[in-house]
Amino acid sequence: MTSRARPLVLGLGLVALAAVPPVGGLLNQPFYVDLVRRVMIFAIAALSLDLILGYGGMVSFGHAAYLGIGAYAVGILAHHGIHNGVLQWSLAIAASMAVALVIGAVSIRTSGVYFIMITLAFTQMLYYLGISIEEYGGDDGMRLAVRSQFPGPLDLQNGTVFYYVVLAILLLFLVLAHRLIAARFGMVIRAARSNEARTRAIGFSPYRYKLMAFTLAGAMCGLAGALLVNHTEYLTPEFMHWTRSGEIMFMVILGGMGTLVGPVLGAFAFLLLENLLSGWTAHWQIIFGPLLILVVLYAKRGLFGLLPGGGPRDG
Amino acid sequence: MAEALLQVRGLTRRFGGLVATDRLDLDIGQGETHAIIGPNGAGKTTLIAQLAGDLRSDAGAVRFAGEDITRLSAPARSLRGLARSFQITSIFPDFTTLDNVALAVQAHAGHSFRFWRPARREPALREPARAILAQVGLAGRADVRAASLAHGEQRQLEIAMALATGPRLLLLDEPVAGMGLDESQRMIRFLASVKGRLTIVLVEHDMDAVFALADRISVLVYGRIIATGTPEAIRANAEVRQAYLGEDAVA
Ligand SMILES: Nc1ncnc2c1ncn2[C@@H]1O[C@H](COP(=O)(O)OP(=O)(O)OP(=O)(O)O)[C@@H](O)[C@H]1O
Ligand SMILES: [Mg+2]
Repeated sequence: MTSRARPLVLGLGLVALAAVPPVGGLLNQPFYVDLVRRVMIFAIAALSLDLILGYGGMVSFGHAAYLGIGAYAVGILAHHGIHNGVLQWSLAIAASMAVALVIGAVSIRTSGVYFIMITLAFTQMLYYLGISIEEYGGDDGMRLAVRSQFPGPLDLQNGTVFYYVVLAILLLFLVLAHRLIAARFGMVIRAARSNEARTRAIGFSPYRYKLMAFTLAGAMCGLAGALLVNHTEYLTPEFMHWTRSGEIMFMVILGGMGTLVGPVLGAFAFLLLENLLSGWTAHWQIIFGPLLILVVLYAKRGLFGLLPGGGPRDG
Repeated sequence: MAEALLQVRGLTRRFGGLVATDRLDLDIGQGETHAIIGPNGAGKTTLIAQLAGDLRSDAGAVRFAGEDITRLSAPARSLRGLARSFQITSIFPDFTTLDNVALAVQAHAGHSFRFWRPARREPALREPARAILAQVGLAGRADVRAASLAHGEQRQLEIAMALATGPRLLLLDEPVAGMGLDESQRMIRFLASVKGRLTIVLVEHDMDAVFALADRISVLVYGRIIATGTPEAIRANAEVRQAYLGEDAVA
């Protein structure tokens, strides 16, 4: 295990992320600040999915639901003139937690294909709900008049400030996830992914732990949704479209399931490639498919596995 | 006579038309090592799975330590002191050997809604796990991935995980299956060393193991127990010989 290389790689990555706004400013390329901020928001979403997918073995094909709920929580409050960020983001987290609790309570009783279908079906329901509520823009969505408002210097209207807020939240979640997966809780959900019958035989009831993981992941992704709608300054049901769920899963698999850095790498690779290829050809998705197949076939641990320190699976 | 630790009454399990466990009665006394033998497909693994709570029963009742546990789930039974090993090795392959056993300790050390402290640095989980690995002879392999253990070592790990739950009753499904002669003799010696302290239900085809360990033996054929008795009585039983043991085993 090249565990000494890992902190170095992580440190370099962090420095690079922190350097994006000043470097972007120097080069007079604000576009990159925007792009990387979007990447980090999706990295949070992908990290939350990886907690249940990579560590918990729950193939949720409806993770965009929480992105949407978080975004709608912010958008709806803003629509009614409530711009207080603490309120907006608290609602985003609470609402996505509650929905994840319900979806999880039903779906975790099943497994395999049924689990995938139930999580997908719930998300489709929410998507159509979003489309049908004209009050909040229906199909077309609606503009977010102002970004979430926080006291003091935390002015998200300032793109650089917003950038560092997103970076801080991403780091916070990386630290929390790092602790969580190594703590007793994480050991149980990883054990249940690895061998559920054995987990039960030694005395664990995996259901309650998986449900908790599912709910926490929902909450985390809900906050990503709140960030996303602030980023786009536009609320749309497209946040919950099933292809969005697929993209988040793509990021996780591309970057490396069951790793913490993997989803971040995956979000980067996915969105940068999308950006690059879509400027090149309208059919960029044709290139993505084979890429994912190659990664699944040849890089079992995704892009993370190619990094120094990206050793074999640890439980 | 005091109530048996495990009482099985009328236990039944059907798979479609097949009756895998057929109105089975069984009493296992405290401290007893009770072997269950029988031909392939007799229903031994099915019975173990029913006792452990992994498989629902269609009829009948199981009492353990004076409590009706018929409807309890596998984890609930584990928490009451029933532990099983699997005929087909069932471990956590991507975790280390020590992790595997520490997980079993953790399952019995209160709830696991603990989100911050690294479990691998909790002496309360690691030390008991290390002690059990030393007991079964796996101390030197603690930090190896369980997937890369040899077959015999994985069988030892099976037993270690069962023991780590602090059981009163061990349900062992062919613990020496697939082991080499040396390994299986070591396992038999080990089981002999815990025998008496724990109550053991031992499913085994290996007659050396059965006759070395069992206080009593039950013979299971087509989901029914056709005979129960001391090893000597079972050896001498003509029906058993015909059904199962074969002439060479009686020599
Ligand atoms: N899940 C299942 N579905 C259908 N039939 C089953 C199932 N499990 C077991 N059986 C059948 O029940 C009977 C008993 O099987 P079981 O595995 O309990 O036998 P066993 O005594 O453990 O055999 P062995 O000595 O080969 O391990 C067999 O006929 C088997 O085919
Ligand atoms: Mg069997």
